[in-house]
Amino acid sequence: MNSSELGQAPRIMSASESVIDLKLKAIWETRPGIRGVLCSVDHKRIGIRYIVTAFVFLFMGGIEALIMRLQLSHSDLKILSPEAYDQLFTMHGFTMIFLYAGPVLSGFSNYLWPLLLGSRDMAFPRLNALSYWIFLLAGIFLYASFPLGLAPNAGWFNYPPYSSISYNPGPNIDFYLLGLIFLGISTTVGSANFLVSLLRTRAPGMSINRLPILVWGTLTASIGNLLAVPAVSLACVLLFMDRQFGTHFFDVEQHGQPLLWQHLFWMFGHPWVYAIVLPALGIVSDALPTFCRRPLVGYTPVALATVATMIVGFGVWLHHMFATGMPMLSLAFFSAASLVITIPSAVSTFAWIATIWTGKPVLTTAFLFLSSFIVLFVIGGVSGVMTGAVPLDWQLTDTYFVVAHLHYVLIGINVFPVIGGIYYWFPKMTGRLMGERLGRWNFWTMFIGFNLGFFPMHIVGLMGMPRRIYTYAPGLGWDTINLITTVGSFVFAVGIGLFLVNLLVSLRRGRPAGANPWDAPTLEWSVPSPAPAYNFVVIPVVASRHPLWEDRLNESPERSSLSRGYRLVQGRETLATTVLDAQPDLILKMPGDSYAPVVLALALSMLFVGLILHSLWCTGIGVAATALAVLVWLWPQRRLGQRAEPAHV
Amino acid sequence: MMPMRGCRITGLACIVALSACSYAPMTYMRTYGPAADPVTSLGWGLTIICSLVVALIGVLVLIATLRARVARGLLSTIPIAHPGGGLRWIYIGTGLSTLVLFALVVWTMFTLAAVASAPERPAFTIEIRAHQWWWEARYIDDASDRTFLTANELHIPIGKPVQLRLIGDDVIHSFWIPALAGKTDVIPGQTNSAWLEATQGGTFRGQCTEYCGAQHAHMAEFVIAESEADFDSWWTRQLADAPVPTSKLPALGESIFLARCAACHTVRGTGAGGIVGPDLTHLMSRRTLGAGTVPNDPESLAHWIVNAQAVKPGCRMPALDLSHEEVAAVTSYAQTLL
Repeated sequence: MNSSELGQAPRIMSASESVIDLKLKAIWETRPGIRGVLCSVDHKRIGIRYIVTAFVFLFMGGIEALIMRLQLSHSDLKILSPEAYDQLFTMHGFTMIFLYAGPVLSGFSNYLWPLLLGSRDMAFPRLNALSYWIFLLAGIFLYASFPLGLAPNAGWFNYPPYSSISYNPGPNIDFYLLGLIFLGISTTVGSANFLVSLLRTRAPGMSINRLPILVWGTLTASIGNLLAVPAVSLACVLLFMDRQFGTHFFDVEQHGQPLLWQHLFWMFGHPWVYAIVLPALGIVSDALPTFCRRPLVGYTPVALATVATMIVGFGVWLHHMFATGMPMLSLAFFSAASLVITIPSAVSTFAWIATIWTGKPVLTTAFLFLSSFIVLFVIGGVSGVMTGAVPLDWQLTDTYFVVAHLHYVLIGINVFPVIGGIYYWFPKMTGRLMGERLGRWNFWTMFIGFNLGFFPMHIVGLMGMPRRIYTYAPGLGWDTINLITTVGSFVFAVGIGLFLVNLLVSLRRGRPAGANPWDAPTLEWSVPSPAPAYNFVVIPVVASRHPLWEDRLNESPERSSLSRGYRLVQGRETLATTVLDAQPDLILKMPGDSYAPVVLALALSMLFVGLILHSLWCTGIGVAATALAVLVWLWPQRRLGQRAEPAHV
Repeated sequence: MMPMRGCRITGLACIVALSACSYAPMTYMRTYGPAADPVTSLGWGLTIICSLVVALIGVLVLIATLRARVARGLLSTIPIAHPGGGLRWIYIGTGLSTLVLFALVVWTMFTLAAVASAPERPAFTIEIRAHQWWWEARYIDDASDRTFLTANELHIPIGKPVQLRLIGDDVIHSFWIPALAGKTDVIPGQTNSAWLEATQGGTFRGQCTEYCGAQHAHMAEFVIAESEADFDSWWTRQLADAPVPTSKLPALGESIFLARCAACHTVRGTGAGGIVGPDLTHLMSRRTLGAGTVPNDPESLAHWIVNAQAVKPGCRMPALDLSHEEVAAVTSYAQTLL
């Protein structure tokens, strides 16, 4: 499809009329006040809420980590009791993995998808709001256990039998299990929403070979989540039944099998690792080229590598279980698969380096975060190769070497691109640029603090220090390195603090950004900053991967049409296009702001609170309220074309 | 800057790791047995290759960044271009990575085969039961009267492979003597096996590496490799019953022990036959108490007997309500358990 063909389509108007602007505003803008807060379905508001909430959890998880680092800064310290330490490391892991790393990327994708794809909202706006509210409430549910002193204490991996009722009789583990099931609902509906949005709500001409890599990353992650989350939710349900209803899935006495948990957990856990890095790699692949003043080298290999990583990612879960006594043949297979998964990562790595090498890099703060990420990514990658080699893993596993590896993966591959991404898209979200001077301080403090804190963990790991120990004896040679790590982690925390300061200062005093401060190529930069509630005055028609660089790259005679296209001003509407080629297909009637998501999320929390309190009443009311909220949600509305228009007699 | 950092890190890592061997008793970068040595070579090889890769990538990123960088300013003033030649990076880089990875897979598989089982038939089997938070070890001999129980410290003869049968009892633990072999999980409901052999004498420390609850941090085990003669005489000594105390204080201690401790502990040759805690028949032959928590000296022993909860909070041994005199008596009795 090209723009001239579409030019003959009906309902094409020039976008300059401000009347249309006002009309769209009236249709799409969320009402001010508390009502707007509770019922907004604007993907941009939801996206920013996701990011802010995820960062709040990052700070909490960070404080937990700093307290643990104090305890470990020297041998035989008694700042924390064993129980307190165990709750802290469990909550730290749960928080960072489930409440920060996944949701922060959902935040980016929620904010960016419709803007990148050229539509007015996600395919299911209310589901989007529901996904956020459940994430928030599941987080609060889990953290409610903390002040009670009953936080989960069996690690984020929660292996039975230690997490079974015989060894862990308190409600700690029930908070974990119910919290994770609850949160799984959020992940699932969110992923389904991304998937359908991608398939159906791209602008005309946004064929799959023109999608930004971030979209590929989130798409792959969403499919991964849809396939992986059921495994862990199932495991949680089974363990909850073992604990509360006397079943024996993991109960050895009754011929249950504790390893079943490990299989289900890692069948989820490893794909999840990719789900929390692939969108972040997408951030790098999309933002880095802008600062190199050239398109990404190897778009197609990088997109394919993203997909390949996720596919192979489903075949490596056993590498978390190499020491459990598996047959040699399985070990050999999973070891080889774990090494092979490095190949797609190599594709992306060299694509990024080539992009910088052949481009003209501009060293903004965002660029510093994104380019230094490449080195951190490689460190996390090669240490992954080391742990993938079975016999060596028998030595490395459950030592601080793995702690170093996973922090290079989660901080290096998630936090660094995320902060780089915030420097990049902050102007779009707020209309203001973040401070570059403070940005540099922010970057260098974080980079030095991070490497000072986490690199030595490799070494103390090679010196045999196990994970998850609340203290260690003197004379094992671990003291000095642990002290360095503790100092580094505090420097890193200062770096995160500088980021926060920069963010807050820039929010009020940042330089006004204009629509496209970086002169970037993709659709989101074609609209004003901050992006208006309706995103695009007209639905654009896309002719290339770089709609805003077409005149300069001049790679084909076709041009994207940003000011002429479908106007859609008859209420909340966006355009549905065909799956592969993105040909205009239908006009979608979109739901407006609604209380249904927040009410449904609250009803569900009541159900989960009832289960943790063993209160039949509370659970029952929760179930009834959930059913009622779903009913109200699904009640056919004339405005959405779900009921026939009354016949005009 | 980044690549400089990369080089420095690589160099530093090597130096630190090398010097670490001398004072880090739990390192696995220097090992003393055929179940670990091939893995150690692989470990060093991979560490060096990986460090080189990191250094190389760091240098490339830095050069790429600095060689054509333009002054910060309005990005829109810098022309957009689409120079070719980038794809070559991907082909060459990925091609080389694949070759290296393929070689590593082969090396890994050969190493796996080398350590999968003992080179000769193991001399004997030790059955290890992991408990929260200590290790029970049963030495098994074809003659049933030469089988005995001990805890937390294993003796093995130099140069002989020994088979380990790992049996889970409560929650999952993991058995690990870094200088002799990698980890094997100890899982309730299944029996895992491992083997180890020491090529030279010494005391090798290990500890539980699967998180198992409050005192996961204090669940060490030791392997003492000694000459065959020393080993045989150790085994014979372990078979003996505890001596009957001859003086007054230990005799009093024994009676208190039988009243207060025998429900959980066994001392062979007495009425104490509890199986909840470690067999104490030869307690004094062990160098630590509480699975490596404190050294086995008279002071720690007395402290442990009266209030183990203060030494190892959460452990299964309760704080005992004993008078000063009673503690002294039990301690002196325990010291007769040679």
